[in-house]
Amino acid sequence: MQGTTLILILAAMSFAAFFFGRGRSVALVGGPRHSTALHSLPGYYGYFTAIWCLLPALAVLLLWVLLEPRIIVALIVKGLPEAQRSLSVGELDLLLNNIQNLAAGDAISGDLDAALSEAATRFQDYTTVSRRILAASTLAVAGLGGAIAWRRIRPDLRARNRVEGIVLLALIAASSIAILTTVGIVLSVLFEALRFFQKVPISEFLFGLNWSPQTAIRADQVGSSGSFGAVPLFTGTMLITGIAMFVAVPVGLMTAIYLAEYSSSRVRNIAKPLLEVLAGIPTVVYGFFAALTVAPWVRRTGESLGLEVASESALAAGLVMGIMIIPLVSSLADDAINAVPSAMRDGALGLGSTRAETMTRVILPAALPGIIGGVLLAVSRAIGETMIVVMAAGLAANLTVNPFEAVTTVTVQIVTLLVGDQEFDSAKTLAAFALGLMLFVVTLILNVIGLVVVRKYREQYD
Amino acid sequence: MTIVQMMEAKVTDRQAQSSRAGSSDEGPAIDKGVKRTPALPASGQFVETGMTVGDVRCQDPYVIAENVDVFYGANHAIKNVTLEISKQEVIALIGPSGCGKSTFLRCLNRMNDSIESARVSGSITLGGQDIYGKDLDPVALRARVGMVFQKPNPFPKSIYDNVAYGPRIHGLAADRAELDDIVHSSLERAGLLNEVKDRLDEPGTGLSGGQQQRLCIARTIAVNPEVILMDEPCSALDPIATARIEDLMDELSQDYAIVIVTHSMQQAARVSKRVAYFHLGLLIEVDETDRIFTNPQHKLTEDYITGRIG
Ligand SMILES: Nc1ncnc2c1ncn2[C@@H]1O[C@H](COP(=O)(O)OP(=O)(O)O)[C@@H](O)[C@H]1O
Ligand SMILES: [Mg+2]
Repeated sequence: MQGTTLILILAAMSFAAFFFGRGRSVALVGGPRHSTALHSLPGYYGYFTAIWCLLPALAVLLLWVLLEPRIIVALIVKGLPEAQRSLSVGELDLLLNNIQNLAAGDAISGDLDAALSEAATRFQDYTTVSRRILAASTLAVAGLGGAIAWRRIRPDLRARNRVEGIVLLALIAASSIAILTTVGIVLSVLFEALRFFQKVPISEFLFGLNWSPQTAIRADQVGSSGSFGAVPLFTGTMLITGIAMFVAVPVGLMTAIYLAEYSSSRVRNIAKPLLEVLAGIPTVVYGFFAALTVAPWVRRTGESLGLEVASESALAAGLVMGIMIIPLVSSLADDAINAVPSAMRDGALGLGSTRAETMTRVILPAALPGIIGGVLLAVSRAIGETMIVVMAAGLAANLTVNPFEAVTTVTVQIVTLLVGDQEFDSAKTLAAFALGLMLFVVTLILNVIGLVVVRKYREQYD
Repeated sequence: MTIVQMMEAKVTDRQAQSSRAGSSDEGPAIDKGVKRTPALPASGQFVETGMTVGDVRCQDPYVIAENVDVFYGANHAIKNVTLEISKQEVIALIGPSGCGKSTFLRCLNRMNDSIESARVSGSITLGGQDIYGKDLDPVALRARVGMVFQKPNPFPKSIYDNVAYGPRIHGLAADRAELDDIVHSSLERAGLLNEVKDRLDEPGTGLSGGQQQRLCIARTIAVNPEVILMDEPCSALDPIATARIEDLMDELSQDYAIVIVTHSMQQAARVSKRVAYFHLGLLIEVDETDRIFTNPQHKLTEDYITGRIG
């Protein structure tokens, strides 16, 4: 029987179980007019029955799908001639692969011999039998589960509580997916970073002033042995982030103030969607805007002023990143300003404040924690931003705070370390994980502070 | 038994009232020599003509609203209202929800300006000055016409800074000592000083609801206004806090014209000298408080104060 057919039959069975369960609950109390005698609404008895029909059957199905290949392979291997059973793991794998391909009717590598085709036939047989057993057992479990649940229905059965309990479990399972994924990523980055710190001391990584990750591939190769001081990368990141914030915070804040307090609703209705468009532009577009338009412009302008400007200056990348972050800052600041109750505004206006006084003396102080929280979130966004800096900031790990020089950032280096063919255990590759870990820690701290500040501020008015 | 007494007897959950039923003991209203409108049109006809029963004029008027109309977009919220308010009186605006009491109140300090769709026509003068005139600054007007809101809305600042806010923005104090004086005397007059004098630097939002509302009153009188508008100032408070605010209104009425919107007819009876009854944007009836509660001239007014209109 086909898998989809089985699923469809299961669905139909649980659908039917719903109606049987509901019908029984109503029948037990003597008709729909007496359904108040039931602990729960009749529908809950239906769901209760359907769940008991479906869930155990699905569990059987899942278990079978997980175990079936192993069992079949074990059986096949047992039936192989002695000579083949003692093959090495790799060769055995190849052989099994051939058997499976043959069974599926695909081309195989190597010669076709009797033992092989006999094994393929057995493989087909086993699979057919297995599918039959699966279908039979699944349907049996579904019928049995539904029947047991159906029989357990009594007027005082707390069907609603049962069903809600199961729904709750489903919700928890869904939300733990995101959490578990995060934990998984953090752990894998952490372990790779630890491997890196076995090769390069953590003190050198954290405090070293020199970053040149080229290691010799062959022992006799002339050249650098690699140095992994991350300080230039972090100063570069901070420099670009600083420039970005220098652009984004004042502009974003003033935008938010204007939109929230001064603009007419017509202007707001036009400007807000436009800002959202700005937020929706892919960062790669910002990237080539930075590299092809802004960077040459910065260079030309700088030169006409007699300054020496690198063609991939920190300034160009920072400016464009700042523009990219404006919508984020302005929308978070807008939220914070709008969260200040309008009673504050009325109170201040009613005392004879001008709009500017209302803004600077009442609304902004009240919104300040929210605004700071928003800025912190924007900073962590800027630190993690990759595409713009990859395209516009350059690769030279200069330790400088001069915005006209080329700098590189943590994210850029992670990209360059991992682009192309890499050995996965060289210090060079593992360094990317160490950088990623650092980046993660920094942005995590900023986010936590930002969220705590924002939340604390929300509580003030609840 | 007067109507006011009947109403008060119906309300059992107000501890404050027993000690405060004074105004209803004065017996039938005596004619204080105010000109009265003799004819009593039927309510339907009246709504069409838009005439106000009773006397919208008063002796020595300070605020004069003449033929005021307010529109919110197409919604005609205040219809041709004329009303005079004198300097030493408390006038209560009553009427069912949505009849335009708050709207009318907000006309008096131009708080409607901040509502985009609102349009006000007619004339309102304050001490002879047209408050919708071209040369009048609404910001300066609001310092002269203070406002206390329905829900206490202290700023998230210290108690001191809340009261000092107005004097600071208007530059009323030359130095810190003078500001201290203003803050203390305002809190004193709002009856709050004794409760908060040891914790002036604690946040105003940490006070109880009634204290917060008195703080807002202190904040309002700190800028020394001429008129105080109160929009249901007690509707978020418990009976004891309400009683304190009502006492306060009594005292403040010596120095300020007070316009109060209230849903409680007991409150209107207790604190106000005159009552204006609004209905669907029309000013139906204005009269001395005693008279309006004992002997309403208009059918709608009577229906409202006897509880037949909600
Ligand atoms: N900000 C506003 N925008 C539009 N319509 C409003 C606004 N405020 C009040 N209104 C309308 O004006 C009318 C009077 O409202 P309001 O003055 O608040 O009544 P009251 O204070 O007597 O309950 C109502 O119909 C209300 O819907
Ligand atoms: Mg109102």
